[in-house]
Amino acid sequence: MEEKIKFELNGKQVEVKLEKNQTLLWVLRTQFNLTGTKYGCGDGYCGVCTVLMDNDAVRSCGIYMEDVGGTKIVTIEGLAKNGELHPVQKAFVENDALQCGYCTPGMIMNVVGLLKSNPEPTRQDIIDGMEDNLCRCGAHTRIIDAVESASKEMKAIPQQ
Amino acid sequence: MKETESYQEYTQKNRTLIPWHRRDFFKLIGGGLYVFFQVGNPFKIFGAEADQRRTLSDDYNAFLRIAENGEVSCLTGKIEMGQGIITSLPQMLADELDVPVNRVKMIMGDTDLCPYDRGTFGSLTTRSFSHPMRKAAAEARAVLLKMAAEKLKTPVGQLKVEDGVIFIKNRENKKVSYGELTKGQKINKFLDIKPDYKDYSEFKIMGKPFLHSDAIIKVKGEAKYGADIRLPGMLYASILRPPSHGATLFSSDVSEAEKMEGVRVVKKGDFIAVLHEHPEKAQQALQKIKAEYTFDEKEVNEKSVFKYLLDSNPEGKVVKSEGDILTGKKLSSEIFESEFHDGYVAHATMEPHAAVATIEEDKVTAWVSTQTPFPAQESIAKELGLPLENVRVIATFVGGGFGGKSPHRQAVEAARLASITGKPVMVAWDRKEEFFYDTFRPAAVVKISSGVDKEGNIKLWDYQQYFAGNRGSDTIYDVPNQRTTGYSAHGVQPFGTGAWRAPGNNTNTFARESQIDIMASKAGIDPVEFRLKNLKDPRMLAVVEALKEKTGWKPQISPSGNGYGIACGFDAGSYVAHMAEVKVDIQTGHVQVIRVFCAQEMGFCVNPEGAKIQIEGCITMGMGYALTEDVEFTGGDIKTENFDTYNIPTFSWIPKIETYILDRNEPPQGGGEPAIICMGGVIANAIFDATGGRLYQMPMTTERVLEAIEKAH
Ligand code: FES
Ligand code: FES
Repeated sequence: MEEKIKFELNGKQVEVKLEKNQTLLWVLRTQFNLTGTKYGCGDGYCGVCTVLMDNDAVRSCGIYMEDVGGTKIVTIEGLAKNGELHPVQKAFVENDALQCGYCTPGMIMNVVGLLKSNPEPTRQDIIDGMEDNLCRCGAHTRIIDAVESASKEMKAIPQQ
Repeated sequence: MKETESYQEYTQKNRTLIPWHRRDFFKLIGGGLYVFFQVGNPFKIFGAEADQRRTLSDDYNAFLRIAENGEVSCLTGKIEMGQGIITSLPQMLADELDVPVNRVKMIMGDTDLCPYDRGTFGSLTTRSFSHPMRKAAAEARAVLLKMAAEKLKTPVGQLKVEDGVIFIKNRENKKVSYGELTKGQKINKFLDIKPDYKDYSEFKIMGKPFLHSDAIIKVKGEAKYGADIRLPGMLYASILRPPSHGATLFSSDVSEAEKMEGVRVVKKGDFIAVLHEHPEKAQQALQKIKAEYTFDEKEVNEKSVFKYLLDSNPEGKVVKSEGDILTGKKLSSEIFESEFHDGYVAHATMEPHAAVATIEEDKVTAWVSTQTPFPAQESIAKELGLPLENVRVIATFVGGGFGGKSPHRQAVEAARLASITGKPVMVAWDRKEEFFYDTFRPAAVVKISSGVDKEGNIKLWDYQQYFAGNRGSDTIYDVPNQRTTGYSAHGVQPFGTGAWRAPGNNTNTFARESQIDIMASKAGIDPVEFRLKNLKDPRMLAVVEALKEKTGWKPQISPSGNGYGIACGFDAGSYVAHMAEVKVDIQTGHVQVIRVFCAQEMGFCVNPEGAKIQIEGCITMGMGYALTEDVEFTGGDIKTENFDTYNIPTFSWIPKIETYILDRNEPPQGGGEPAIICMGGVIANAIFDATGGRLYQMPMTTERVLEAIEKAH
């Protein structure tokens, strides 16, 4: 049964007609062509599908569209503002915190969510907050560094 | 092409530009200066001809092009999968050509545009491909200098090049740029043989750290991987998979799936697929198919596999033999016999295999996440009965490879479905399919019989590996009486196995370095001293010496209770030595790796930052196979289906990682694999040093650690 669902996507109001049991991950990737949000496991284990839902980092592979109506979704494509990279994106580039880059969008979205709830995380907070985002290439040490430098940068220039 | 656009995006947007024959190469790419392979095989001169299988044709196998706007394109059949050649190859080209590194554009893994290449694996890009490529660049520079000499009416000796502009020395206003020289021209140069590229001392860009050049598009989510390609009218396929390897489809009923709106069902023998323009609908349709199978019941599982392998009657081949084993026994005051086991390990890249194929007038174009675009082209052509030139494979960004994306079954499936349906088709595996069709690192057994004399000199080394592979089996130690035998047999493995980052060498180095530690401990000698005493290769010695110095190693006799282990080895032309510090919880058996130091000598290091990142990646990934990763199965039924049961290293595992790269002006060697080979051995030795418990099997799970500790007391 198709239904109309309205939500905010990367700052714009959108409306789609679809079945309520479709998942946010695939709707983003197919209906909206936002392929920056990746598929890795489909079951909540890897975090490569992470997006922001009302400022919380969530795993889009486990979110049904019926729960998306009325919310604000931000994907990796919606982070940069006016051609300026978000400080977390910048920190990933500057710290070389990626190799193949496949886990990167999910990592970045998770960091953005983490810093929204805890702007000055300790190293242990970072490890705990990132623990369930998997990276096979082993970029972890640099990702931790990137989170630390992004947190400092964002403290210096308060964000939205 | 726009600055930020990846090549994949570019071709995707400009599909009408795609040439169907490589003859159209120039039409697509345009004028400028090209440097081609010469007839014959330029790889021969570098002793790397084994990397090439097809003979190269001389009409379009260009290495590089200098365009009219001065932009340099590097054309390579290699692909980028996180190992960083998209950054290091332009460094090399820019240095040889004297152009800024950001003027170099990479065109990678496109079978219509790039010279034939067997695939990206074995840490070969820098070791082998880079030589003829640098040679091509040096040649191009020489040609341009000659052209400039004519134009500026000045001998070449009076010219100098900076940032792609040729000047007359001391008359800097008299100049001409590379772009101006190549404007309106189609200059074809063919490589001659003698290498005359720059000396290490002349490098300005090579040897300097560079950040990943593809990082920006990756952090923006714009980099296109296999499953990110979108074509108009594209269908997503879900394919019916057998419940286990060796199972045969006996009956099937697709009628329920066919009733779903918009679903297309394909049934050709036992190849059954459902397609839909929405991937979730295709998955739902697949659930509706009823299928029955007959099974080829093999009893073997992850516990019994070692006996199963030894009982399979494998054939042994002696790969190295020196001196005499009996003499070695006589000269030894103590003999050590050990048997080491290593289970199946998955590649488990975060990106599963994916491909899109489309067919227009008998011409196939496939975008594939693969380490092997040219072999994929061959496989597709063979499957569809088409001539090679009718198939174009374009590699996308690859979300991790490690050997797992050399097989390209998904590309053949996509092409086959595109041919049957007449539509563009995406085949993107889910995680379960990814584990099912992965070509695991093979389970293996290593038996070692070794001996030392009273002074701690190794006199005997009899090494037998079963199913691990020969790479790294050769001892790095100086032993007068030694023999290395490799055993293998076809059709024994219950499912696919294949190359996994530094194939063979992880298992072999684990076994060898554990055995060395066993002997050092028994001989009452510090494990670093014991190695220095028994090594002879000066490059290996230099790396262990560097480790000793940089870590401030204090002599110890294991088990010392400190939890320090060491291991060393050789892979892909590079030498590595590792030190690890661990904490073992003797109640739970949990091993926390606190610190890992790695010294590596890899010849001349092109991108020190890139090399460091690869070492960090190797250390992190290596902890997984050492401690937890094990594929569970019964016969051909793979029980491991997702990351809930397959535990790869996560943030809480990460030790303090220190790297040290030795400077050496020798040809650059492999960097993507060497630093992973020691991780099993160095952790096993550190656990032994901490607890006195000796681990003979990987992964060193908490149960096995507890068992080893118990045995020791
Ligand atoms: S794909 Fe969503 S957590 Fe793995
Ligand atoms: S960078 Fe490859 S998975 Fe994280």
